[in-house]
Amino acid sequence: MPGLEDLYREIILDHYRSPRNRGELETPPAVRVDGFNPLCGDEIIVYIDVADDGTISDVAIGGQGCSISQSSASMMSAAIKGKTVTDARSLISAFKGLMSIHETDIGGDGSEAEMGITDDTFSIDNTDDISLGDLEALKGVVKFPVRIKCATLSWNTLTQALDEAQPV
Amino acid sequence: MSLPADIKADFPVLRQQFDGTPLIYLDSGNTSQKPQSVIDAMANYYETANANVHRGSYELAVRATAALEGARAKVAKFINAPSTSEVVFTKNATESMNLMARAWGSANLAAGDAVVISEMEHHANIVPWHMLVAETGIELRWIPVDADGQLDLTDLDRLLDGTKLLSVTAMSNVLGTLNDIPRLAAAAHDAGALMAVDASQYVPHLATDVQAMGADFVVFTGHKMLGPMGIGVLWARAEILEAMPPFLGGGEMILNVTKEGFTTAEIPWKFEAGTPMVAEAVGLGAAIDYLSELGMDNVRQHEVELTAYAMHKLTEDHGEKITIHGPVEPSARGGVLSFVYEGESGEVHPHDIAQVLDQAGVCVRAGHHCAKPLMSVLGANATSRASLYVYNDESDIDQLSASLHAADELFSF
Repeated sequence: MPGLEDLYREIILDHYRSPRNRGELETPPAVRVDGFNPLCGDEIIVYIDVADDGTISDVAIGGQGCSISQSSASMMSAAIKGKTVTDARSLISAFKGLMSIHETDIGGDGSEAEMGITDDTFSIDNTDDISLGDLEALKGVVKFPVRIKCATLSWNTLTQALDEAQPV
Repeated sequence: MSLPADIKADFPVLRQQFDGTPLIYLDSGNTSQKPQSVIDAMANYYETANANVHRGSYELAVRATAALEGARAKVAKFINAPSTSEVVFTKNATESMNLMARAWGSANLAAGDAVVISEMEHHANIVPWHMLVAETGIELRWIPVDADGQLDLTDLDRLLDGTKLLSVTAMSNVLGTLNDIPRLAAAAHDAGALMAVDASQYVPHLATDVQAMGADFVVFTGHKMLGPMGIGVLWARAEILEAMPPFLGGGEMILNVTKEGFTTAEIPWKFEAGTPMVAEAVGLGAAIDYLSELGMDNVRQHEVELTAYAMHKLTEDHGEKITIHGPVEPSARGGVLSFVYEGESGEVHPHDIAQVLDQAGVCVRAGHHCAKPLMSVLGANATSRASLYVYNDESDIDQLSASLHAADELFSF
């Protein structure tokens, strides 16, 4: 059985105790999407403001949930703020890859290269306090399959918000 | 009398260790563990009696049919049903509820008719009615739950006015609240309504007498009472079952089929289309034998004593940090302890509590417990829930309490 230290990394607890971009945005102009985890009742509210040039000019997170869902939402908000919608979509794909690598371990050797997850995937322009390392901290979640839905709730909600703000 | 001191030894799953940690199973409100006798009875059925029922003319099929009908007789006796023919086997309590809502509802409910449920219902006693609201325009009314976790019956007469059915849980799966079913049934009957009881959390833990309840329908499931998953029960009074149209159509449930139509079998088979879950029925029968041997009064006494110990221990060890929902008096509730934990740095989320507890081998459920309307009344998105059964003892509670300290520590910043 994997240990708690694989799950509750310090950076995760930091985002949990001091969530970034917590709050609300006025709608409109912002888009608001509510995400639910029907298994546990956790709720994440994602607000994004997308400028005419396709930049996510502001983001806010509401709702309540466990340390994993809250910290994932916090890290996500910090990672996408100021990025373009295109970059945000790339990040969503990369994050989902991070969450599913170990789900497919049973089949192949599960190496990151084989799954198409390389460091390049994460090479978005990092500013602020978020880095590749922050998101990597959530990698331990895949050892606790029940919690993957906690970690991905905000990202699935973000996908819906991006679709509403800027239809593909 | 009390339960045997070495009762855990009857349950193979509890003998396992996870990474050297004994399993401490506190999620019996979700599903119960199975004694060796239930596992053996099911294996024995497949080894000695397996055939399809009610149709083979050979000895093996006679044994299989006897196994199924013998289990039905055990269920009838266990709940003091007046007749074995009133016991319908289903997949689980949810299917029992849907059978009732669909078959009885389609013949007896029309637009404008009201069904009354309560805010402490499991989704199984909510969603089937929501579906009928959408499809036939019935009205769904709710008995509120007060701050003590009891039904607020102040407006019961008004709620029941024009109502065709009152459907309420005998014991809340979140709060442990035991509802006064005979009183509710009398009120329903006075208003001209029928009384349905979700007894999924009640039958496993308290001696059940469907006649004393005054109920017209009682639903419960086998897997929460030491039996296997895949078998549930709908009990209803014979005259109600006789008048109800069938639920699922197919083999087993017919008397005759022609190109023009069909006639139904007698009750209870009228409601049991297709090949039934015979081994599961046998397993349920073995679970009933096991519980009967323990004595349901002893089961109840054990749970009241252990619930009292748990409430005292958790409160003594964690003081103001822990809030246990539901009735304060252990004898007025079941062994279901839903709690929220306010640690040094705010509430420790139930998912995080359950995760830390799991490291110590302690299994509790975290979440909304399939009772979201109730969670909304409690003002919580989720709670942690420890639910007790015959194989739990004080040492399990001690480990739960110690592990909660570990969760508190990890989430104190």
